Amino acid sequence: MSEGLGKDLVGLENLSEAQLLTILDTAEPFKEISERRIKKVPVLRGKTIVNLFFEASTRTRVSFEFAEKRLSADTVNISSTGSSFAKGETLVDTARNLEAMRIDMVVMRHGASGAARFLAERIPSNVVNAGDGSHEHPTQGLLDLLTIRDHYGRLDGLKVCIVGDILHSRVARSNIYGLLTLGAEVGVCGPPTLLPPAAGELGVCVFRRLEEAIEWADVLNVLRLQLERMHAGYVPSLREYNRIWGVSTARLEAAARDLLILHPGPMNRGVEIDSDVADGPHSVILNQVTNGVAVRMAVLYLLAGGQPEKAEAAKQGAEA
Amino acid sequence: MPEDDRIHVMDEADVRQAVARMAGEIVERAGGTDRLVLMGIHRRGTQIAAMLREEIARTEGVRVASGSIDITLYRDDLETIGPRPVVGGSELPPEGLDGQDVVIVDDVAYTGRTARAALNELNDWGRPRRTLLCVLVDRGGRELPIQPDVTGTSVHVLPNQRVEVLVPELDERLGVDLINMGAGAP
Repeated sequence: MSEGLGKDLVGLENLSEAQLLTILDTAEPFKEISERRIKKVPVLRGKTIVNLFFEASTRTRVSFEFAEKRLSADTVNISSTGSSFAKGETLVDTARNLEAMRIDMVVMRHGASGAARFLAERIPSNVVNAGDGSHEHPTQGLLDLLTIRDHYGRLDGLKVCIVGDILHSRVARSNIYGLLTLGAEVGVCGPPTLLPPAAGELGVCVFRRLEEAIEWADVLNVLRLQLERMHAGYVPSLREYNRIWGVSTARLEAAARDLLILHPGPMNRGVEIDSDVADGPHSVILNQVTNGVAVRMAVLYLLAGGQPEKAEAAKQGAEA
Repeated sequence: MPEDDRIHVMDEADVRQAVARMAGEIVERAGGTDRLVLMGIHRRGTQIAAMLREEIARTEGVRVASGSIDITLYRDDLETIGPRPVVGGSELPPEGLDGQDVVIVDDVAYTGRTARAALNELNDWGRPRRTLLCVLVDRGGRELPIQPDVTGTSVHVLPNQRVEVLVPELDERLGVDLINMGAGAP
């Protein structure tokens, strides 16, 4: 029934359908823990988890920290400012020093694509990728999957369109891999300068106009337009971006059916998404944030034991 | 599994009779039904708890509060066994557990580790006035100093045997069997 995840969670690309479903199904009962008066279970008591953030993050870091604390793990946060990375220490040296202090898990965000796998292959601790460059952001992908499944009760056969800067987006990549594995159809829509040159090869359909995407989709996952992209010449101006690619009430009204709006945050209101959409009836943006804690609890829990074959054996003997 | 390897300990009538007696004992020990809460442990404890609740409703005319506990996240063997699937999540009665007479209901009492985990979990949920442990089958073999207060039956179990409680919701019949695990079995 369930399938273990192995030592690390680097991305959703190589996870099987069974592994993805194990994480989503495990996240369900974890939701309830955050609603308790005492929001804590002892399952990771005595585990030390280091949150290693080389890039700025509020939501993801806080969400991981809540997940860790609600499972009773001990946590340490390290961010790039005020640490010795600034003094030129290499990633491996930093990690080895942490290991020398006997840690169990590293949750890492890094600006370089592939950094999570690089680290995972070099240290015995579990590694969870909290976003690496423009590669993957697997827990964001998982919480998006969970939020969509909460609403529709399934993922199989749903049409999900990702809107915005697909080219640089690790969120887009994790979404595409996870959704395709679980049987959803995936579309991407955005300025041609911000679409990967061979988007079709990922198995997704490409929409040239937002109106067409809205017409087609059951779910729109609206990505943040990183403002530095504008300075790099990918889009002419924020106003123009909003006019052509902004998700507005007027555009949504054209599609008269149930349409779910997701956004990984932080939002640029009035750029990629209008306020009345972000706060409107279609929006599940805050449900995503709530689900983020549950999904991260599930991932940490499943990685912590890390011995799926023993879990299977235990299930056989569980009745005894 | 061939029938030879399965010894029937209780049939449906035996279980119903035991449940009727246990329900009476629970009400007596709790001194009534006013503060009574039945908390079944996933999975088969919840079915036994439901049967006890029906029986109390029949004899006392009151549907007592009830809930369920999934002790997976309170186990002490994550390190050795690895993560088990979390089955059900826990459910509390709306009035909570503070000041109540809480009865933990499970199908089998064995090592005592499940009951230990359930007690720890209840401790996080609130402060019951009193907590009792109730099991359908006590098979001995305790590894912790925890004993049931109300027991349906006690069985003597050989090292190569295990107890199986069957409930209609999961196993299509009600009963208690002893299974002989031959030398070849896991």
